[in-house]
Amino acid sequence: MNGAIIQFDIGADLFPLLAGTFAAMGCGLLGNFLVLRRLSLMGDAISHSVLPGLVIAFLITSTRSPAVMFAGAAAAGIATVVLVELVKNLGRVEPGAAMGVVFSVFFALGVLLIERAAMRHIDLDADCVLHGQLETLVWYDAPDTLSGLLTWSTIDAVPRQVAVLAMMVVLAVMFISVFFKELRIAAFDPALATTLGFNATGMHYLLMVFVAAATVASFEAVGSILVIAMLVCPAATARLLTDRLLAQVVVSGVIAAVSSVGGYLAATSIPAAFGKDAVNAAGSMSVMAGGLLALAIIAAPRHGVISGWVRRRRLACAITVD
Amino acid sequence: MDETHPRTLSSLPEHSAESPLSVHAMTVAYHRKPVLWDVDYDAPSGALIAIVGPNGAGKSTLIKACLGLVPRASGQVEFWGRPYTQVRSRIGYVPQRESVDWDFPVSALDVVCMGRYRKIGWCRPVGRSHRRAALACMERVGMAEYAHRQISQLSGGQQQRVFLARALAQEADLYFMDEPFAGVDAATETAIVDVLRELKALGKTAIVVHHDLQTVEEYFDELILLNMRVVAAGPVARVFTRENLQKTYGGRLTLLSEAAEAVARVGSQGG
Repeated sequence: MNGAIIQFDIGADLFPLLAGTFAAMGCGLLGNFLVLRRLSLMGDAISHSVLPGLVIAFLITSTRSPAVMFAGAAAAGIATVVLVELVKNLGRVEPGAAMGVVFSVFFALGVLLIERAAMRHIDLDADCVLHGQLETLVWYDAPDTLSGLLTWSTIDAVPRQVAVLAMMVVLAVMFISVFFKELRIAAFDPALATTLGFNATGMHYLLMVFVAAATVASFEAVGSILVIAMLVCPAATARLLTDRLLAQVVVSGVIAAVSSVGGYLAATSIPAAFGKDAVNAAGSMSVMAGGLLALAIIAAPRHGVISGWVRRRRLACAITVD
Repeated sequence: MDETHPRTLSSLPEHSAESPLSVHAMTVAYHRKPVLWDVDYDAPSGALIAIVGPNGAGKSTLIKACLGLVPRASGQVEFWGRPYTQVRSRIGYVPQRESVDWDFPVSALDVVCMGRYRKIGWCRPVGRSHRRAALACMERVGMAEYAHRQISQLSGGQQQRVFLARALAQEADLYFMDEPFAGVDAATETAIVDVLRELKALGKTAIVVHHDLQTVEEYFDELILLNMRVVAAGPVARVFTRENLQKTYGGRLTLLSEAAEAVARVGSQGG
């Protein structure tokens, strides 16, 4: 009976769910500082630029080993950040335009390179970059019950992607807690930060290295759509719910987790209720994150549309009474 | 001009350890277009110094170039005879209010605490004693009761006072303030002037970009008239003359009336 409402199978669902949740939380936490610096598009830029990085790394080394792929993607991510700064400063254009130009050129380059690679009968698929491969993280000899998970052998069964993403979340949390004060001042008032000796440009690059790493770690499992959604949506939602940075960061982490768990369960359960196959989990998670943002825009206590309307009505009433 | 601003090869400014700020032959260019040209200035210690000039004269740029926020094409800047990096903690900075995003999710107290960050150091949280010190600075500008407001809920004048409190929290000896009087209410203007006088009484120096010619004589001891070059610099009584103001504002049609008004006032006072 239980299974008829919520479809959850440890073997098929546990690791995809964990991978999605870790990716969402890592990106969601770091995304706060992108959104506050009005650099939300940077996640988009980095996750698209990763494609040529992967292909070039592959064409050079002829292996698809995770370490090589990661190095190629990370190099491409950092190259993107540097190029965006260069285009912005030398081309004298606004940051959004600089990011748009750089990532579209990089992505196009990646598509061309994939075509060249395909001629050599090499299997690289641009679709995987967009949607990820959550569904492939199946645990074939999984225990049937939750209590069966509490053994050491569980750790051996954890796929590499899940372990990498868990580590990414831990690193992101550490980075934000250690440099919280510095990230806050560099985002709020870069000039003052620099005069006080907290180099704002340095902090920007450090943050971007973390965003690039989180993007690269996440997109293999969950695809660039979820990465982009999670860099922006949880932070934007949390911003509407709170007026303090620390609270915003914590709330964004919770929202990222809720979106991914909710999105995953919805992806497996809702179609099943109508007798259909599960839909793409990463897509469903992104939709859930967008839905929560929409909900916050409408119903947030202080910044929402409804509360704004109520405030104006009250004011109008008060004026009429006077 | 030679009287107020001597510059011959034999009398290059001696960078005395007394002067809080010595600028020598500083030129700044944005994209090859010079913004500041060959600026020389030695600030006297313990004075309130106004930088006055038309829009685009390079007033903000002068401050930013001194602080290393924009690159200098040439020239040297020394503070008490030492380079900026050695005396950071003795120098406070109040940027223009418009330079930051006031929707940022921080309280007024959080912003004032930023003035303490250098004293706190890398990677350490803001401790209770620093929060108390920041709150005391908010008290001095009459903002203590707004400490826990989110900054977007403050008026423009209150935001400016938060910036001022943040600079006070730096406990510096030399302050750079970029247009602190721009668009503020009367209460804030009074609060800023009180703080400036308090700083002067403590022997500190403040260099303030100022746009209101009417109040220059009342608020300041020293004046730098700037229009890409230093037109004149020195004690207000000597520098604030009809001739110097005409040299500074001359040819700028939009500002000519403002200048003329002040010049007329100076003239009528027999200046």
